[in-house]
Amino acid sequence: MKRTLTRLLAVLAFTAAALPASAEEVVVYSARNEQLIKPLFDAYTRDTGVRIKFITDKEGPLMARLKAEGRNTLGDMLLTVDAGNLWEASEEGLLRPITSKVLEANVPAHLRDPDHEWFGLSVRARTIVYNTGRVKPAELSTYEDLASPKWKGRLCLRTSKKVYNQSLVAMMITEYGEGKTEDMVRGWVGNLATSPFPDDTSAMEAVAAGQCDVTLVNTYYFGRLMRKKPDLRLAIFWPNQNLNNKASGVHVNVSGAGVTRHARNPAGAQKLIEWLSSGKAQNLFADVNLEYPVNPKVAPDKTVAAWGSYRQNLINVKEAGRLQAKAVKLMDRAGYK
Amino acid sequence: MPSAGVLPEARPRYSGWMLFALAVAALVLVPVVVTVSSFADVEGDILAHLTEFVLPELVGNTLWLVIGVAIGVSVLGVSLAWLAAMCDFPGRRVFEWALLLPMALPAYVTAFVAIGLLDFTGPLQTWLREDWGLTSLPEIRSRGGVILVMSLALYPYVYLIAKNAFSTQGAIALEAAQSLGLSRTQGFFRVALPMARPWIAAGLMLALMETLGDFGTMAIFNYDTFTTAIYKAWYSLFSLAAAAQLASILILFVLVAVVFEQRSRTRMRYGAVGRSAASRRIRLSRALAGLALLYAGMVLGAAFIIPVIQLALWTRDVVANDLDARYWAFARHSVLLAGIGALMVVTVALLLVYAGRQRPGSAMVWTQRLATLGYAFPGTVLAVGLFIPVAWLDNWLIDIGHTGFGFEGSELLKGTLLVMLLAYLVRFLAVGFGPIDSGLHRITRNIDEAARSLGSGTPGLLTRVHLPLLRTSLLTGATLAFVDILKEMPITLMTRPFGWDTLAVRVFEMTSEGEWERAALPSLAIVMAGIIPVILLTWRGDHSHG
Repeated sequence: MKRTLTRLLAVLAFTAAALPASAEEVVVYSARNEQLIKPLFDAYTRDTGVRIKFITDKEGPLMARLKAEGRNTLGDMLLTVDAGNLWEASEEGLLRPITSKVLEANVPAHLRDPDHEWFGLSVRARTIVYNTGRVKPAELSTYEDLASPKWKGRLCLRTSKKVYNQSLVAMMITEYGEGKTEDMVRGWVGNLATSPFPDDTSAMEAVAAGQCDVTLVNTYYFGRLMRKKPDLRLAIFWPNQNLNNKASGVHVNVSGAGVTRHARNPAGAQKLIEWLSSGKAQNLFADVNLEYPVNPKVAPDKTVAAWGSYRQNLINVKEAGRLQAKAVKLMDRAGYK
Repeated sequence: MPSAGVLPEARPRYSGWMLFALAVAALVLVPVVVTVSSFADVEGDILAHLTEFVLPELVGNTLWLVIGVAIGVSVLGVSLAWLAAMCDFPGRRVFEWALLLPMALPAYVTAFVAIGLLDFTGPLQTWLREDWGLTSLPEIRSRGGVILVMSLALYPYVYLIAKNAFSTQGAIALEAAQSLGLSRTQGFFRVALPMARPWIAAGLMLALMETLGDFGTMAIFNYDTFTTAIYKAWYSLFSLAAAAQLASILILFVLVAVVFEQRSRTRMRYGAVGRSAASRRIRLSRALAGLALLYAGMVLGAAFIIPVIQLALWTRDVVANDLDARYWAFARHSVLLAGIGALMVVTVALLLVYAGRQRPGSAMVWTQRLATLGYAFPGTVLAVGLFIPVAWLDNWLIDIGHTGFGFEGSELLKGTLLVMLLAYLVRFLAVGFGPIDSGLHRITRNIDEAARSLGSGTPGLLTRVHLPLLRTSLLTGATLAFVDILKEMPITLMTRPFGWDTLAVRVFEMTSEGEWERAALPSLAIVMAGIIPVILLTWRGDHSHG
């Protein structure tokens, strides 16, 4: 107890930052969970000797924090789980552009900021999952087809409040424009078997139980659920594969990072991001959560590879951020809760 | 009965007490002011959109929720408090403290478990569907479901405070009623219940403020309230300003409600001094006692035992992988922060209540009520509202340090526990204030006069007369604050120094990507840490007015 009190007083009296740091250190503000990021940071420290301090929170508070701290921020790097928030951070002037041959080589052009302020590090595909006992793959084709009357009472969706659905609808706006997208979302809402779910996993469980037949999820939730309950009659379908349109393909988003505008160790942060985009880290980064590596030279985990390959939507993911507010308003109008 | 004459008008209006109360209110108003100042940059199109497509429905939703939870927690809390304090039935001694336990369980955990068990995919509906062919069953993910879960999670606030009231004045009330020829039922409704009103109202206010600010449970039910719209404006429409504007409207609404409640209360006078009812418990018939046991057992089962069993089952699956040495540090941080935080909350709340006793009047009432508004704020908005001025102050001080003293660092205040603890104080002052304020209400001013006429000054009155009489109220406030801080997430996330992760932070890490099963381990640890003061409270309660 006495020791705890002494340490408490020490924390109250000094702050770590006021003391000179002996080894090089990078400070990360992370919206990616500790369990999905700490193994990587530990590996980086083992490889390079650079210490990493990090704090986790949701994107909104992390960005508000960077903004309030201004030039005295401790954060060298911002890490998020979607492109929309990176776009917003960049809009708010919280990030700085970096020139890096390594990142340009490792990260495909549509998965990084054209202004070089942020870079995708893992790919998250949002696709269709269906009940294998009640749906034939031939019945499935595109996201927009789920709005057609044949799916009446057969569709389950996660809430529109989740950024993954907001990004999906934003990307649909780039492809079809607002009017047509709104009609499609209305069609989805009309086809719902039950009110939207709070997470992808419950939506898939409803599909498996026969409350509905199809849903839209990020693939790693599917991987996680099947690992736990391999007997569920669920399978993945890749939509929008056969259209001759650049904008067409499976909707993807990224978990990614950028160097903060007022970073105290921008070079260190850049090196960390470069390392995260390279071979060894890419495996760890994606495999720990069954995501896809962003680096095309790195193969996905074998569980993930077994789901088959697919064609991605090649529109730059920053559009998910630029059109997010529009997408949210559209979903409100369409009555998608 | 006290009269205006006892309170000399000649005393200066702005005494130290008033200044203290104003200072506390000012601290709480910092995030409110930061929030309201956002009106300077109005985002018209976002507000117009929300007003047209979002607000109409969710205002209705919010009202239904508040009404439903108010009825739910009152019925559960008051009836159980009456049974536990006034009646005798098998198992009463256990139920008396066990009925408090749901307090240690975060509402979103109860929600997740309830949906897991009762939704279409859950075991109950699956069984009814497959073995009995029943298909059209009521939806748990509905307005009724949210109200049910919130009532089960929050009734302990009413129960705890109402039980204190009944056990100190219930027997006297009944005796008086019966001597006037009323039956026991009439005595309950016409005398005991009205006499306990300030206590019930204090608990009800806490439950409703928590309901209004709740985000986690509403997200699980996908039930849109005012608070979910606040987060939509911030996270989805990228407008912290619009979120802040909505939050200030919510706060205004709460302030008006709180002051109304306070006004209707101050017109009444309460003046029964504690005497134990233990010796004069109502003997229930066998049938009634059985029903009482069944009722209390069902509430406890639904609100605590079943969710905890579910948590334990999930924990069993993940404990081998997830439980490591760091958990001791998480638990230590949680308990330490909750302990110091609760102490601060109770100390400041006591002084604030006391200020009201010393300098009554409407200015004081408003000041007190402003000071306790932090509880109704949506947590994350409050956290940001506090963080912005701290960061601003830090930047200012660092600039001075740079130019004047060659200071090299980039943070002074933020990143210290001090900021974190002050934030807890702002958030949870209401939780300490409610029980202590209603506790002091029942100490009549006659006692103060008597003490003063015997030459006791204010400090003596406090330490020798009021503190001993307030012991149970203080413990109640401390327990509520302790448990609430244990469960708190947004402030902890935003203001914790590096390395100060707590059990609640672990819950956040797991739930933010939907790993509910893995969140069971830290949730269960929170429950266990929360049980300690609950048991301590009952044990002390038993011995302090026996």
